[in-house]
Amino acid sequence: MSASADAGGGGDPKILVFSTNNISDPGVDLAGGSHMHYSASVVVLPVPCSSGIKPSWILHALEAGFDGVFIAADGSDCAYLADCTTRTGQVVQKAQALLKRHQQDPRRLRMAAICSVCAESFVSHMEGFREALTEIGSG
Amino acid sequence: MTDRRIGVYVCSCGGNISDYVDVARVRDVVEHEPGVAAARTHMFTCSDASQQEIIEDIRNESLDGLVVASCSPKLHLFTFRAMADRAGLNRYQYVQVNLREQCSWAHRDDTALATEKAIRLVRAGIAKARLTEPLATMRIETTPKVLVIGAGVAGLRAALALSELGLSVFIVERSSDVGGWTRRWGKMFPHQQQGSDIVAALSARVRHRENITLFTNAEVVEKSGSVGKFTLQIRVDGFHTIPLVVGAIIVATGFDVYRPSPGEFGYGQDGVMTLAEFKELVDRSPEDLSRGGRGIKDIVYIYCVGSRQSGGGDDAHSYCSRYCCATAVHTAICAREVSCGLGPAKDCIGFHQFHLFRDMRTYGKHEIPYEDACRKGCVFMKYGDDDPPKVDRVDGRLRVRVNDQYLGGEEVEIDADLVVLVTGMVPRENAALVDVLKLPVGVDGFFNEIHPKLRPVETVVDGELIAGTAQGPKTLPESVASGLSAAAKAAALLKKGYVDLEPFIAEVDTSRCVWCGECLDACPYGAVEKTSVQGKEVARILPSLCKGAGACIPVCPENAIEIAGYTDAQVEVMIDALVREVVVEEVAVPVT
Repeated sequence: MSASADAGGGGDPKILVFSTNNISDPGVDLAGGSHMHYSASVVVLPVPCSSGIKPSWILHALEAGFDGVFIAADGSDCAYLADCTTRTGQVVQKAQALLKRHQQDPRRLRMAAICSVCAESFVSHMEGFREALTEIGSG
Repeated sequence: MTDRRIGVYVCSCGGNISDYVDVARVRDVVEHEPGVAAARTHMFTCSDASQQEIIEDIRNESLDGLVVASCSPKLHLFTFRAMADRAGLNRYQYVQVNLREQCSWAHRDDTALATEKAIRLVRAGIAKARLTEPLATMRIETTPKVLVIGAGVAGLRAALALSELGLSVFIVERSSDVGGWTRRWGKMFPHQQQGSDIVAALSARVRHRENITLFTNAEVVEKSGSVGKFTLQIRVDGFHTIPLVVGAIIVATGFDVYRPSPGEFGYGQDGVMTLAEFKELVDRSPEDLSRGGRGIKDIVYIYCVGSRQSGGGDDAHSYCSRYCCATAVHTAICAREVSCGLGPAKDCIGFHQFHLFRDMRTYGKHEIPYEDACRKGCVFMKYGDDDPPKVDRVDGRLRVRVNDQYLGGEEVEIDADLVVLVTGMVPRENAALVDVLKLPVGVDGFFNEIHPKLRPVETVVDGELIAGTAQGPKTLPESVASGLSAAAKAAALLKKGYVDLEPFIAEVDTSRCVWCGECLDACPYGAVEKTSVQGKEVARILPSLCKGAGACIPVCPENAIEIAGYTDAQVEVMIDALVREVVVEEVAVPVT
C-alpha cells in the first residue's frame, strides 16, 4: 500500500508560514514552547525580514501544492525598517496581483504582524486561516 | 542526482521530541534522500559525546553538508556552528531544523502527524543543505575606541565601564554640561540621593579617567565606515570639526518630557504644570510649598497625560512610560515632607494630595513609596480609560472633576491650588543624528533594538548600540543597567581585536541588473551604490553596510538580487520538500 498522506494535518489545508528570524519566528517558537496546539499541516520557513519575501515564492508555494501562504510579518517591531508593515503590505499587493494572473485565489495569501510573544495570536491566525481555506476548498 | 555528502542528525531531546515524534522513523525515511551520506539519532545532539560523534562522521565520511534536527535555532545555532568549525566544515553549510518548538511540542496529540511533519521539515533542511555553498565571514580588525553619544547618566556610566575595561572613550554631548535630566532633579528614589549629586560624582570620575575625552557643545555630523572602524566628524562649539576613528558607537541621547497641548487638562492655565515642572518646584522649596507667595495645600495629580493614548493619529503616544507613576508618587512624598515634615498623617492637617490614575504601575521596589504615600494620606482615585478628569476654573480656583471608579463611577469635585499633569517620556528630536548614523527608529520614535528581550541594546547596524532612554522609557536604575549592558557588548566586540560579519547579505546578478535605482531607494542603510561593469551601469552592494534584510529584493523588476542563504533556488526546493507527499507506510507508528 502506498496511500498518500499529503494533507499533513489529518486532512487540514496545507499552510506555509513565512516567519522572520528575529520577531515572528520566536513568536511561533513560543506557541510550541507553551504547548499550544495548531494543525500539523502548518509548516514554517523563516526569512530575515517580511519585507524581503518575493511574490514569486508565494506563487511557487501555491503551485507546488500548498493551500495557503501566511506571512507572519515583523510589523512595527521590525529591527530593520520602521515602515516594514507598509513594505510588506506592498509585497502582499504584488503577490495577490501575481496570483490573479496565474488563476490562483488571492484569498489564499494572508498577512498579519506576529510579535515575538504573540503565541496566542499566531495560533488564532492559523485556526482562522485553516477555516477560511477549508471554505475556499481545493478548487 | 547530487554529489553532495550530507549528514543528518535527529535529536530526541531527552523525550521532548521523541515522546511525540518517532525520531527513528524520521531517520529511516530521510536517510534515502539524495545526498544523505549519514543519518543518526541522538538522545541529546547538543551533548559533547554526540557532537564528537558528528565531528568524526564529518571527517570519516567526508561530509560537506550538515542538518541538525533538534530545537529552535535560537538555542543552539552557535553551538553547532562552532562544532562545524572544529570539524573543518564550513559553518554555513550546516542547516538547523526546528523539530521541538515548531513540531513535537505543538503537535503532542498525534504522533503520526507530528512524525510526518518532522519528515517534511527535515527533508526541507536537506534540500537547503544540498544547495549550500561555503560562505566566508568578513573579518574586520577593530579599533579599541568607543564613541558615546550623550552624557546623561546612561552615557556616563557606559563610558566609565568601558574606560575601566581599558578602552578609550570619546563622549559627545550636545549641551554645555553633562548629566541630562538627572542633573536638574533633587531627591531620587530609592536612596534619596540628589540627582545633581549623582551626576557630580559620575562627572568627577569621568574627568579623572585619562582614557575618556569629553566634548560638550558637540555633535556628530558625519559618519563613514562600519563596525570596527567608524570614521566620524564631530562639530564642537558650532564651528570647528574634529575627526575621530572608533570601533563602536553607543547612542545614549536620552528623552524629552511630553509637553501637553495648550488646554490639555487645563495646561497653560496658572496652576497647571507638568510633573517635571512640579518636581523642580518641590526640589527648590526648602520649606513650605508655595507658589507666587501663596501656599499650596491642595494638589491634584492627573496620571497618564500623553501616555497610553489610542486613536490619536500619528502623534499619539500609545506606550506606557513606566517611570511616571513611580516618580509622581515619590514626588508627592517629597512635597509632603516639604510642607509637613516627616511625621504621621495627623501632623499634616490641611495638606491634601489626590492622585487620579488609570492604572497604578509602581512595579518592583516602587511599591514601597506607593504604600508609604497611602499611609501618609494621599488619596488615590481611578478614572476610566475613556473618561478622563476635567479641569476647569471656578471662582478663580482650579476645579477638577473625576468619575471615581472606586466609588462606582460617582463624580467627585476637587478644588485645587495646583494640578500636576503626570507626563511621560517622548523621544528626543534627533533627525540629524538618525540621518548620520542610519539607525532604525521604531514607530514610537525611539531607537529600535534588534529584540526587546533577547538583544535589547543591539541594533541591526553592527557596532552601533543603544542605551538608556534613547531606546525607550526607563527609570534611572534601568538606564544605568542599559548603559552597562551596551558597554559590555561594545567591549566584547572590541577587546577581541576583530569582528566577523555574517555573510547573509545581498548579491547582485550584474547580467540581469539594468540599474533602475529601485534597490537604492529601498535600502535605508546606504548599502547600494551605482557602479559600472564592462561599460554597463549596475547596482553594487557594499558588504559592510548591507544588513541582509532583503527589502531590495521584491522591488527589483529584473529579479537581479538575492540574499545569500535565501536564494530563489534554496527557498523553492525547501517549499517543494515541505509540501512533498509522505507515504503513509513511511510514517506508520508501530503498535506496541
